[in-house]
Amino acid sequence: MRRMTWFNVTSLTFGFAFLYLPMVILIIFSFNESKLVTVWAGFSTKWYGEVLRNTAFLDAAWVTVKVAFLSSCLATILGTMTAIVMVRAGRFRGRTLFSGMIYAPMVMPEVITGLSLLLLFISLGMDRGVFTIVLAHTTFAMCYVSVVVSSRLVSFDQSLEEAALDLGCSPVQAFRLVTLPIIAPAVISGWLLAFTLSLDDLVIASFTSGPSATTLPMKIWSSVRLGVSPEINALSTIMILVVAIGVITASLINKRNVMRQRREEEAADKLA
Amino acid sequence: MRRLLIAIPYLWLLALFIVPFVIVFKISLSDLAVAIPPYTPTLDIAEGWAGFKAFLAELDFENYIWLTEDALYWKAYLSSLKIAVISTLLTLLVGYPIAYGMARAPEEWRAMLFMLVILPFWTSFLIRVYSWMGILSQEGYLNQVLLWIGVINEPLVILNTNIAVYIGIVYTYLPFMILPIYAALEKLDISLLEAAEDLGCSRFSAFWLVTIPLSKQGIIAGSFLVFIPTIGEFVIPSLLGGSRTLMIGKVLWEEFFSNRDWPVASAVAVVLLLILIIPIVLFQRNEQKQREADQ
Repeated sequence: MRRMTWFNVTSLTFGFAFLYLPMVILIIFSFNESKLVTVWAGFSTKWYGEVLRNTAFLDAAWVTVKVAFLSSCLATILGTMTAIVMVRAGRFRGRTLFSGMIYAPMVMPEVITGLSLLLLFISLGMDRGVFTIVLAHTTFAMCYVSVVVSSRLVSFDQSLEEAALDLGCSPVQAFRLVTLPIIAPAVISGWLLAFTLSLDDLVIASFTSGPSATTLPMKIWSSVRLGVSPEINALSTIMILVVAIGVITASLINKRNVMRQRREEEAADKLA
Repeated sequence: MRRLLIAIPYLWLLALFIVPFVIVFKISLSDLAVAIPPYTPTLDIAEGWAGFKAFLAELDFENYIWLTEDALYWKAYLSSLKIAVISTLLTLLVGYPIAYGMARAPEEWRAMLFMLVILPFWTSFLIRVYSWMGILSQEGYLNQVLLWIGVINEPLVILNTNIAVYIGIVYTYLPFMILPIYAALEKLDISLLEAAEDLGCSRFSAFWLVTIPLSKQGIIAGSFLVFIPTIGEFVIPSLLGGSRTLMIGKVLWEEFFSNRDWPVASAVAVVLLLILIIPIVLFQRNEQKQREADQ
């Protein structure tokens, strides 16, 4: 193995400093006493108190979590189905259109997706609110889920499924008892991805929601337009923390599962 | 069973992805009206075939002609393309050394470094853009540091200019550039470089003649992943850019929410989509080639 050259060390140091410094500064200044965000005036947690007492933020957070939970569950079911169709269903009429419809939403500018869905909901005469945001988020998140799940479906040994079918399982049983446990880590990370995509979305939610439902990014957007505020810094810190804990826990669980699976496979190899 | 499995996601995507586009296209051919919904004509199914014919007759390309007549729109399209090209190049310049450093890092570090690049993906896009507002503003942290060191005497005006937009785009889309390049560089066989050096290449020319061409696929994929979403970007130019920063995503948003001109907003969207089809198809082809090469 080659030693790290000074060039590589410098580029990594500067690169990661660039990626993380803005968020570190934001977190530090969320503990600033002063209302003036750019002047340090001593340590304080008062802005966290302000955020937690602000009912508008809390209501918006509740709407956001509701939307994210519903849409990520729906997206996981639909996305997993899509992945199975793409990997296992073979040829069928309109397959090209189908695969196009899976990849297109991921590269579509959000303003177009948002606008087009809004115009659909209006021409159907639907009341806009939590339900319409859930429909919109499900549609783009299911594409991401299907990509994550199909990469796992492609890589695992299909003969396991065939063995289950040969041993008398119905296709549904084979899926539930063999396929699902194997792809479960991918399904879970797909769900997580869908959940965070929904939590994060501002543009599509702004288009598809009505006056009855304001999500947290929409709320943050309207106050951020007016400039930097310590309250938003505190709220951002809370959100960054929640996501970081979630992602790290998920990756630890995933690592443990992989280790266990490897041990089991080794044990099985020894028996054979 | 199989049919049902195909039909459910298929119909879902048809209803919530394709049909909405048809509606956008239809409304882009309509006229602005003071009504709910604010455009004419609206299709009345009760009138049957005659009603449908009358409806078709009222559709026209007026809004598209309007887009070519008002300089605002084509300037916004051009300026979006320009900003997207420049920021893609900047992201490549910043991202390549990082991906290179990662691929050359000791193996036990790589998983950690990979995780560190992914993690910002999961944190809110809006918050990441917002965090730059405090840094770049006139009395912001960057100016404070520069004034304190003595590099400048007057605070720089960065926030609300295109420079801030470039910084914001590079910052938020950097992982999209790093990951594909890293994937390409990690596969690269180091003995090829050693061979080049043994054969008399200098370090630099070995890099230029071996490493760069072998990571070409990663560079192309990363560039598309930054370029495509940047063209329609809305949040970054609105928060970091100034009133003179023209980007089509922002124009569409304002046309819709401020002017409430739905037909023109729809026409803007249709044209944007047409512009995007070329890079999207090129990107798909590149991915396809990559997949075939891997097999």
